[in-house]
Amino acid sequence: MKPNLLGSKDFLAGLLFLAIGAGAMVVARGYHFGTAMRMGSGYFPTMLGGILAAFGLFLVLRGIKTKEKAALTWGWKPLAFITVSMVLFGFLMTRLGLVPALVALFFAAALGGREFRFGEVLALTAAMTAFAVGVFIYVLKLPYQLFPGIYFL
Amino acid sequence: MIENLFLGFTVALSLQNLAYCFAGVALGTLIGVLPGISPLVAIGMLFPLTFTLPPVASLIMLAGIYYGAQYGGSTTAILVNLPGETASAVTCLDGYQMARQGRAGPALAVAALASFFAGCVGTLLIALVGPPLGEWALAFGPWEYCALMTMGLVGSAVLARGDAVKGLAMVALGLLLGLVGADVNSGTVRYGFGVAELFDGIGFTVIAVGLFAVAEIVMNLESNEPRQVFTDKVPRLMPSRTDLKEASWPTVRGTVVGALFGILPGTGPALSSFAAYMLEKKIATDPSRFGKGAIEGVAAPEAANNAAAQTGFIPALTLGIPGTAVMALMIGAMVMQGLTPGPGVIAEKPELFWGIVASMWIGNLMLLVLNLPLVGLWVRLLRVPYRWLFPSIVMFCALGNYSVSSNPVDVYLCAGIGVLGYVLAKLECEPAPLLLGYVLGPLLEEHLRRAMLLARGDPSTFFTRPISLAFMIATALLLAAMIAPALRAARRLHKDPGPTE
Repeated sequence: MKPNLLGSKDFLAGLLFLAIGAGAMVVARGYHFGTAMRMGSGYFPTMLGGILAAFGLFLVLRGIKTKEKAALTWGWKPLAFITVSMVLFGFLMTRLGLVPALVALFFAAALGGREFRFGEVLALTAAMTAFAVGVFIYVLKLPYQLFPGIYFL
Repeated sequence: MIENLFLGFTVALSLQNLAYCFAGVALGTLIGVLPGISPLVAIGMLFPLTFTLPPVASLIMLAGIYYGAQYGGSTTAILVNLPGETASAVTCLDGYQMARQGRAGPALAVAALASFFAGCVGTLLIALVGPPLGEWALAFGPWEYCALMTMGLVGSAVLARGDAVKGLAMVALGLLLGLVGADVNSGTVRYGFGVAELFDGIGFTVIAVGLFAVAEIVMNLESNEPRQVFTDKVPRLMPSRTDLKEASWPTVRGTVVGALFGILPGTGPALSSFAAYMLEKKIATDPSRFGKGAIEGVAAPEAANNAAAQTGFIPALTLGIPGTAVMALMIGAMVMQGLTPGPGVIAEKPELFWGIVASMWIGNLMLLVLNLPLVGLWVRLLRVPYRWLFPSIVMFCALGNYSVSSNPVDVYLCAGIGVLGYVLAKLECEPAPLLLGYVLGPLLEEHLRRAMLLARGDPSTFFTRPISLAFMIATALLLAAMIAPALRAARRLHKDPGPTE
């Protein structure tokens, strides 16, 4: 059986570090490099990018050499739902206010869990939204709108 | 010192600070007990709440959350064999066995008393060692700082859990992330990619919350969560006289081990509790009792992790160099409060330093009072299902980030860092070294520039100044230890003791 490189943690981590390190070096070419005595804004980033890329290369080679066969599974579902719930929150917060944003966040996040029980999520959303409004609006006095155009209840 | 401690207690005993200390300790314990939330996540998601407080109060509260969560973690370790955090993983071994033998009460009490003792010694050590260390560090030039930071960063990668090469790569990645934004010297915006929100750099909360809280939720949701509370009711059983006698010397030894490890960079409470346990097992007359409910196996690691948690504050408060991810969070909080962490803190803000030191002792006392009578309540909390918890944690993450800047872009960035953190965690790259690198990145560049400018571009200065040379040698030794097989084996063992978080 041929080694499954896409299942090798070393290989993938190395690839990621190599890409970020090399990318950082390329971007840093646009900054003033300077000399060792008078370092420009590109000196340190280039150095770090190089170090990162070197570690990445080492890990890539180690990954190829060890030939890990265990498959790597990814939790796409929770990852997608948690990310979406945060993005939805940010998107709705400025447009519709705190309460709609939190409702969206709770439902989207809960969908990423193992089981989704509508009634429970509804109760949880109500309780935590009330708590958040109490803490952030009334105690910390942050100037957020609750609903479109409504700032205080 | 008496005078200073007096000053500290007057600060810490003010009604306001006492209230924040209590709030921190209570919240910390509460969150530490809740399954699947580590102290880091607790601090990460709660610390936007402390920004509105005055600096002393906010740091007192954060410190309280930290050792409260640490403490709560031991409770779950003993009662359900589920370490709330890595540092209490070792406590599971014998603590859970004691609980199964119906001795949950004595196990919890011994854990609490050992932690309290270690906490007192740790606090005293900070008061004794901190000021002279800070004074000594005032003489540091940019070379010493560079060398010290390099040592700290390499140490965090080599001594921490997981693979050392990956750890070093994570340090480099963290340093790079710390450079995002306008360069202080030239004003050039680096890695801004035209996003206006990045010009000031990536916010500290964004990184900390994304890396530790968001990524961890996804990791938890992905894995199964079989969890049973073994003990329904904790019989109120105070430890017997023999229990206390058996636990006393291990407590003292654990404290010493923990205090030493706490000062080293990168080791922190987790490795120290493991080391203390191994020491007890080695010197015990009958090592076979360990793992079957030996009381020493609870007392020593609990003392060690608490002592290490306390002494970890020494380099953070006096040198401004964090040794662990939690300390990086504390340093980040100081920066956000407009303070400059470093040796100047003790001299310029004595009320801050001594206030925190005094509050730690008070906080430890509060924990003792809070925990023993309330164990029943904590046990009930363990039954909260994770499907109620995680959406609430996501809420704190999102709202916490939004409250710092009132800008949704920070929430988007945090979600993005969460994805990165998840991918890195899946690839077995520890996030702690990245966070340390991120915190120290700008500082390291600044000192490196100054050092090279003063030395006219000659790097040999790092090796001709004695203190700097000493740090460099220590760094080299750390790197050498990375190759040494003995430590590797120890780390592998250390990585294994059961599921974490």
